[in-house]
Amino acid sequence: MKDEKPRDGKARKGDDTKPQNAKSQKITASLKKTATSFARTFPTLIGVMLFISLILVLVPSSLYGKVFTGNEILDPLIGAVIGSVAAGNPITSYIVGGELIDQGVSLLAVTAFITTWVTVGVLQLPAEATMLGKRFALIRNGAAFISAVLVAILTTVTLELIWP
Amino acid sequence: MTIRAPTGKHFLVLLAALYIGLAVANFDLFLRAAAVFAKLLSSVLPVLALVLVVMSLLNLAIQPRMAKKMLGKGSGLKGWTFALVGGVLSSGPIYVWYPLIADLREKGMRDSLVSAFLYSRAIKMPMIPLLIYYFGWNFTVIFTLYLLIFSVLNGLLVERLAGRGDE
Repeated sequence: MKDEKPRDGKARKGDDTKPQNAKSQKITASLKKTATSFARTFPTLIGVMLFISLILVLVPSSLYGKVFTGNEILDPLIGAVIGSVAAGNPITSYIVGGELIDQGVSLLAVTAFITTWVTVGVLQLPAEATMLGKRFALIRNGAAFISAVLVAILTTVTLELIWP
Repeated sequence: MTIRAPTGKHFLVLLAALYIGLAVANFDLFLRAAAVFAKLLSSVLPVLALVLVVMSLLNLAIQPRMAKKMLGKGSGLKGWTFALVGGVLSSGPIYVWYPLIADLREKGMRDSLVSAFLYSRAIKMPMIPLLIYYFGWNFTVIFTLYLLIFSVLNGLLVERLAGRGDE
C-alpha cells in the first residue's frame, strides 16, 4: 500500500502537465489560425475602406435627392440602386431618407433606399467575393436587392392597409 | 501561362494606385479622402478587434463537427436563431464580419444562415429610436418585421441558388 501512493502521485503529476501542454498548444494553434486567416483578408478590408472613403468624397450624399424622378415605379428602383452603391453608417441612410421624404420622394423609394444601404454592398463586393466566394457574393447581393424592393412594397402597402 | 485570379492584395494595390493618381491630380481631394479613411479605420478598429477575439475563441472552442451541428444542415430552428440574433446584435460595417463568417462557413455553416446573418444586420437595435424619429413607430414595427421575415426567405433563396448545399 505504501508503495502505491507515491506512484499514484507521480502518475497524477504527469497527467496534469500533459493536458496543460495540450491546452497551450491548442490556444497557440487557435491564435495562429486566426492570425493567418485575418492576414489573408486584411488587404481586402483595407482596400474596401479606401474605396468607400474615395466614393464618400467623390459622391456627396446631397446628390442623392437629385436623381429621383417622381415616377412611382422607377423611383423605388432608383432608391434601391443608390442604396446599393452608397456606403457609410446606417444613421446616414436614415438622415438622408428623412431629407428625401421632406423633398417629396415617396416612402416606397426611401424604404428601398434604406434597406439596400445595409443589405446590399456593391462597394464591398470585392471583399465579399474574396472571402465568401464570387458566386455566393453575387447571388446574395442580387437576392438582397430584390428582397429590398419587396420589403419596401410590402411595408408601404401594409402601412396603407392598417393606417390608411 | 496561367492567369491568376485577382486577390485582395491586387485590389489594395489598385486602390493605392488610385490614391497616388488622385494625389497628383487633386491633392485637396486626396487629403479629404485620406481623412475619411483615417476616420473610418479608427471607427472600424474596435469592431475588428472584437471580431478577432470572437474568431480566436471560436477556433479554440468550436470544432468543425460542433459548428456543423450548431449552424449546419441539422441545426434547424437553433441555427436560424443563432444567425438572426447574431446578425441583429453584430455592430460595425458588414465587411468586418466577412473573415469570421468565412471561418464558420469553412467549418460547415449553411449558406442560408450566412445570408440570413448578413441580411438581418439591417435591423440595428441601437438605431431603432432614430428610425422611429424619422419614419414613425408604425413604420418601424412593420419594416423591422418584414426585414426579419425576408432574412429567412433570402437565406433560403441564396442557398438554393448558390448551390453549395450543406455538405
